[in-house]
Amino acid sequence: MHNMSSPTSSLFEQIGGQPAVEAAVDNFYRRVLSDDTVSHFFDTVDLDRQRAKQKAFLTMAFGGPHNYSGKDMRTAHARLVVAGLNDAHFDAIVGHLGGTLAELGVAPELIAQVAAIAESTRADVLGR
Amino acid sequence: MPTVSFGNHICQLQDGETVLDGLLRHGIPVAHACKAGSCGSCMLRAISGGIPESAQAGLKDSWRAQGCFLPCVCHPISDLTLAEPGVGARVDARIASVRLLSADVIRVHLAPEREFEYRPGQYLTLFASPTLARSYSIASLPSDGFMELHVRRTRNGLMSGWLFGEARPRDAVQLQGPLGDCFYTCGNEDQPLLLAGTGTGLAPLYGVLRDALSSGHRGPIMLFHGALGPEGLYLGDELRSLSSRYPNFTYTPTTDPIDRVVAAQVPKTTGYRAFLCGDPAVVQLLKRKIFLAGAAMREIHSDSFLPAIL
Repeated sequence: MHNMSSPTSSLFEQIGGQPAVEAAVDNFYRRVLSDDTVSHFFDTVDLDRQRAKQKAFLTMAFGGPHNYSGKDMRTAHARLVVAGLNDAHFDAIVGHLGGTLAELGVAPELIAQVAAIAESTRADVLGR
Repeated sequence: MPTVSFGNHICQLQDGETVLDGLLRHGIPVAHACKAGSCGSCMLRAISGGIPESAQAGLKDSWRAQGCFLPCVCHPISDLTLAEPGVGARVDARIASVRLLSADVIRVHLAPEREFEYRPGQYLTLFASPTLARSYSIASLPSDGFMELHVRRTRNGLMSGWLFGEARPRDAVQLQGPLGDCFYTCGNEDQPLLLAGTGTGLAPLYGVLRDALSSGHRGPIMLFHGALGPEGLYLGDELRSLSSRYPNFTYTPTTDPIDRVVAAQVPKTTGYRAFLCGDPAVVQLLKRKIFLAGAAMREIHSDSFLPAIL
């Protein structure tokens, strides 16, 4: 048995699990849509579907249960790479992720772990 | 490719074809309208075979449990045997009255012949015949004793043509539904409510408004109604009279772009509950702006009125 505060609890548990994803998703999506350098990649007709994708991404980045494979990441972003998705955009998203977590009061060392998980997808997302 | 059986008909679907398109291609008459998995007009029931969950999205649990699904967005994963939605899915009703609200909008009152439970602002599918169905939002309250729809005349519209030209009191129709989550819920009576819509998008907003007022909502309620010209701003007198009776209710009719009018009057929407109905492009634009202005996405209820695709 271990509890939430135990040093062995997972990153996902330490951040606060699914409720933390729910708390973060509007904040994160609003930052992304308000950033003119990246908003066009996210500005689809269907905001609800896009928000669901953001939730799946945050769950993964928070170290939670997810079904993403590197191949999925590649396929899902291939169209965006053709449209010009590059390192600067990727950095901006990781920045917004950190901004959201800081605003929600998540400890800097946990934010660094989230950023590292996001970083691990860079090559797949950018199709390299 | 899967085979679909429906009554005496058997049809082989082509690659990438939906169940509805396959049935129509074989000349099998099935009522349909939006062809986008929204209006509910084409709903059928699978007696056997596998239905992907996505073809049941938005349907009532009791319907899903019976195998009901929307063939217009169904790419089946196995052979299917289909039937009509079945007893209980549709309720007989009669036209009670049809009255003009403006040059091209009528107010249709319906009298269901048995109980039809709904929340004001949800939508139903109206069947004028087994193959002619369209969905409309419900503008009345259950306590009104009748059901009210607002119907705009559309060019060459089959249903609106019938309702404007031929429908008479006591004519028999059928109702299916309701669907949708664009309705008022009690529990946060001081929350500000933002209601915005274009054209007959006013119908569900009118239902939500009267529901909120009669439930004793105390927070401000702001209704924005947009139309291309002043003749489209129907129900103005009734809404002005409601706003003089209820100090927390304000009514803003406009022929300017509604998103700008809303943004000017409500620059910050944090803590708001919003209801957005009508033209799909306007609804999406409003939704984005109201979200970016601070409202939580789960507090934004919307209903895009999709056109019928024949």
